Parts: sequence; C-alpha cells; structure tokens
Amino acid sequence: MAGMSSKRLQKELAKIQGTLPPGISLVSADNLREWQMDLTVPDNPIYPPNEPYRLRFQFSPNYPIEAPECVFLALPNPERKVPIHPHIYSNGIICLDLLDAQGWSPVHNVESICISLQSMLASNTKAERPPGDAEFVATNRRRPRDINFLYHDPSV
Amino acid sequence: MDSDDEGGFNSAASSIELDEEMSSSVDFDSDVELDDYQEDETAFEATAKDLAPRRKAYEVEYRVYSPKDIQAQQDDQVAEVANLLEQPPEATAILLRHVRWNKERLIEQYMDAQEELLDKAGLGQDISKNPPRLQVIDGFCCDICCEDTPGLESFAMNCGHRFCVDCYRQYLVQKIKGEGEAARIKCPGDGCNKIIDAKSLDLLVPTELTERYNELLMRTYVDDKENLKWCPAPNCVYAVECGVKKRDLNKIVPSVHCDCKHAFCFGCTLADHQPCPCVLVKKWLKKCEDDSETANWISANTKECPKCHSTIEKNGGCNHMTCRKCKNEFCWMCMGVWSEHGTSWYNCNRFEEKSGSDARDAQAKSRQSLERYLHYYNRYANHEQSAKLDKDIFHKTEKKMTLLQSSSGMSWIEVQFLEAASQALQQCRQTLKWTYAFAYYLARNNQTAIFEDNQKDLEMAVENLSEMFEKSTDQLAGLKVEMMDKTTYCMRRRVILLDDTAKNLKEQTWEFIVDMV
Repeated sequence: MAGMSSKRLQKELAKIQGTLPPGISLVSADNLREWQMDLTVPDNPIYPPNEPYRLRFQFSPNYPIEAPECVFLALPNPERKVPIHPHIYSNGIICLDLLDAQGWSPVHNVESICISLQSMLASNTKAERPPGDAEFVATNRRRPRDINFLYHDPSV
Repeated sequence: MDSDDEGGFNSAASSIELDEEMSSSVDFDSDVELDDYQEDETAFEATAKDLAPRRKAYEVEYRVYSPKDIQAQQDDQVAEVANLLEQPPEATAILLRHVRWNKERLIEQYMDAQEELLDKAGLGQDISKNPPRLQVIDGFCCDICCEDTPGLESFAMNCGHRFCVDCYRQYLVQKIKGEGEAARIKCPGDGCNKIIDAKSLDLLVPTELTERYNELLMRTYVDDKENLKWCPAPNCVYAVECGVKKRDLNKIVPSVHCDCKHAFCFGCTLADHQPCPCVLVKKWLKKCEDDSETANWISANTKECPKCHSTIEKNGGCNHMTCRKCKNEFCWMCMGVWSEHGTSWYNCNRFEEKSGSDARDAQAKSRQSLERYLHYYNRYANHEQSAKLDKDIFHKTEKKMTLLQSSSGMSWIEVQFLEAASQALQQCRQTLKWTYAFAYYLARNNQTAIFEDNQKDLEMAVENLSEMFEKSTDQLAGLKVEMMDKTTYCMRRRVILLDDTAKNLKEQTWEFIVDMV
C-alpha cells in the first residue's frame, strides 16, 4: 500500500510548502520518505527564540497508519542542538505518546506533530533531561518506535 | 464505675473478636462443604485421572477447556447478558470486556449510570438502530489518504469519524496483525475512544483476519478472568479453570494437569512444585539463581572477616590480613586479632588463644548457614538431574517395551507396567525435588521430623524403583510383579507425603523460617 502513503505525503508536502504556523519551517523533503523541519520556541526563557531545533521525520510505507519516526538532530553546521526537556533524551529521542502506537492516530500529520512538540517545549519549566538519560543514551540500540515509554508524567 | 466500664469494654471487644472468628470459620467451613460437594460430583473423573482413589487434601478442583469450549463459554455469557441488558451481542461483548467479564458489576453499573458506562466502554447508545454499513458520500475527502475521488466508499462508527474503506481496513489490519490488538481497537480518529465492534470488523476486514481477531479476543478473555489460565506448555492450546484464589496460595498448592499431559501450578504457572507453596518456590529459585555455584566456591575458598563478616579470598602473601571494608587486622590462620601476633608473619603459633577461638566460633556459625543451604540445594539439584536422566530412560523404555513384546511373547497391554513405572518415577522425583526447597524454609520441630521421615521413605522407594530400570530386558519380564508393586508403593508414599504437607498447609500449622510474603 505504498501508493496511499506517497499520495498522502505529497498532499501534506504541498500544504506545508504553502503555509505553516509561525516558528515551524520545512528544511528539506528531497526524499519523500525523510523530511527535516526546523522549530523555534517562542516565549520560553529556557529556549532562545533565535535558536531553531532540527527535527527529522522518517516515514514507513505504512504511514499514516503507523506513526512516523520523529527525532531531534544535533548538527555542527548550521549548529543545531537537541532541546533540553524532561521528555527528550540527549540523543534526540522523544518520549511523547503521540508518536507511539497507542497514542498515534492516522489523522495526525507532520504539521500537527510539530505543533504538539512546539507547545510541549513552550510550556516546559524544567531545564533537565529525563531520569536515566546517560544510561539510556549509552545503551539504547532500539528504534524509537520499539521502545515502550511509560507516559507517567502528563504534566510536562 | 471504672472497673465496670472496663469490664464492659473488654467483653464487648472480645465478643467482636469472637464474631470475627466465628464468621471466618463459617466461611472456611462453607468452602470445605463446597469442596466436598464438588468432590462427590467429579470423584469418578478424578479416579480415572490419578492413581489416587479419592480427591486428597493436595488435589484441587479444576477443568481443562479446549479453544472451542472457551469460545462457547464466552458466547453463552454474552448471550445471557445481552438478553438482560437488551443490547446487541456485539455491544454486550464490548461491555463485558470493559468490566473484565464481571457480570454482576456490569449489570450494576448499567443500571446505575447507563450512559456513562456506555461512553467509558467506548460504545454509543444507538448501535442497534444503525447497523454498520459502507456509504458513498458526495464531496467526501478521507483525512488519512487525502483521497477524494467521487464514489469513494467510506465507513464511520457512530462517532462520525469517517474514513475511506481502504484506510479503515489497513488501520485494522495493522492493529490486529502488527500490534496484536483486539479487544480495544479504537476509532482511527484523533482522541476518539469508540471501540470497534465485531460486526463492523466483519464488514471491513478479510475473513482470515477475523479468525486472528477472534483468537486474540479469546486470549484476552482467558487473560481477563482470574479463574482461567492458559496451559504454559509450548504449543498447547488448552486453558484450565480453577477456583483457587491468589490469597489462598499460602494454604494450598493448586497443581493441575492439562490434557496435553503437562502438570503445572495454577498459582504461578510454573511446572508442578508440590508440596512447596508458590512464595517459597519463588524465594528458592531466586536464592538458587544468586547462590548456587558461587556458594560452593565461597564455601571452599574464602573466609569471613571476623569483625564485619565480609567474604575474603586470600590470593597470596602473608597471614597478616587487613579487611578492605572495616580495616580490621587479623591473622588468616587463627582468625584472631593481629596485634597479639608480633612479627611472626608467615607462621601462626597462637592457635589456642581466646580471641582466635572466639572468632572461629563465629565464623563456623555463619558457615553453617551456608552449609545448610548447600545441603538442601545439592539434594534439590540431584533430583532435578535424576529426573532428566529418568526421562532418557523413559524414551528407552518405549524401546524396551517393544523388545519385551517380541522376546517374551507378552502382549502390548502386558508391558504397560514399564510405562507406568517410568511415569511414577518422573512424578515422584518432581515432588522430591521440591520437598528439599520446602524443607530448607521449615523451622525445626516435631512436624519437621515427620516430614523428613516421609521424605526419606519416598526417596528410598524412588531409588529402589529407579534401580530396577537398569536391569536388562530379558530380566524385566520376570520382574513385572515386583516392579508393579514398587510403582504402587512409590505412588502411595508420594500421596502420603503430599497429603500430610497439604493438610498442615491448609491448617497453617507449618512453621517457616521466612515470612510468607
């Protein structure tokens, strides 16, 4: 059913190339299966307003039935950091129910994920990594979708 | 006045206690009565299954179900409740799964707050009025694939979240095949909690997937019910029903025998571990995992610091030891404090000094507990090993049986005694193995002495029978009667041992050296 996912991605791309909410921009989508987006966070002293964060989306042929794989990238040039947040590991993996099989709905799309992440960062008050970050980053070899995160803290 | 008051208070308190005692004992009695009643009902079945003529204290009431039986049971319950609630069976099934098949609770909640319950369970109210169907709607655009071709067939549950048939189907396929979901597949719409019902599912997915769906549903049915468990044997499709509750597991070891021949504990689903209760099994396995080989090595190669009891290995050098942990200085030879030694670093001639002998006494005590563990562990491990060897013998037995038939002219039925003996051996070794774990946790008293006698008798019977298996085939025919006697004797010793332990367990008269939690 690769046909369905291509068609959907093309439509999404066309829409994104038109208008996007403030602070969200498309960086590249040369490959229809892997997009990169930049994200800035307004109104939160933890995140400088002129410092964008790079998101990488990878789509399986099963998209949008299956959630895309979405992580923050750390890049040297232009410099991009992984934003500090109690649900974002320093290797860029995000613990968000929306990106998990249980929380994902095929009605979501790249734009809605970006908006969710933007608001997740905007409302954050703790400049810290998740507990056990160092160990997780050192040992994790699984892909984000295969990790069963515990969404134990809906407040952040 | 004071004393009167006190007296009144006391008597009131004691009468409450008495009441509690009374009611609990009544509970217990009624349990027993129920047991007895059931026992009578199935006495015949039990006789056929075990060698024991009647249900003993260590046996529990249980039933084995095939997948067909489970399906039928599920259907029956759905039909019964559907009738009562006047809901279609598909909706009733969702409701029952929502309350984990607790019928009474469902009916109560349904009567109390119908709409709230329907909503929570992921149902709309009008499922009976609008049977699921595919629709073509003008100007429809699917939010999943963005397809808007005219004439596109679409589907929505009564929540109104409408998607094209292809997307809906693919979504369901992914959920069932990819994620193994069945009982709680939600509408694809964002944040929508409507649960897909069996009728809608039939309409949308291919038949081979409905089969998988039903299989998954059945699995959740068994998982949901406390009194049902899947047989843990590989590839076994049966489930077992047993009424023993979790809170009773310190009073009984509910061993059940699946139709696939696998005997397992209904409490923890490990292989049959009578007479040892689940808690002790768990503790024991944990202990063995931590300790077994390490313990042997420690016992042979180390000593303990006389002050802080850290385990120390001496890997060379002189006898002047300084404990890394507590900095205590002592002599490796006599275990006494070093300050009394002077400069004789490679010889210790102070063996008779008081400080040294005290330290050695303390050491001996702590070593004793290790030795005690090893005593039980070695016997436990030995029976486990022997059971494996006996299993090899079992496979050889079949060969022997055919050989015996041709060499002695005995008929098939006449050589069955070999198989019976082999099976008895397996069963008894399994029991014996766990008697050692059980004994490890027993406090020493008269009861323990009786238990150990029983254990010894069973062990002797088993070894005697086991020995006969080593005889050559031509001798076996002549030993038939003796072997059958020994088999019966083994089984009888096993029954005696299990009956005794189970009775005391039920009455909670065993004394254990650990907390039963």
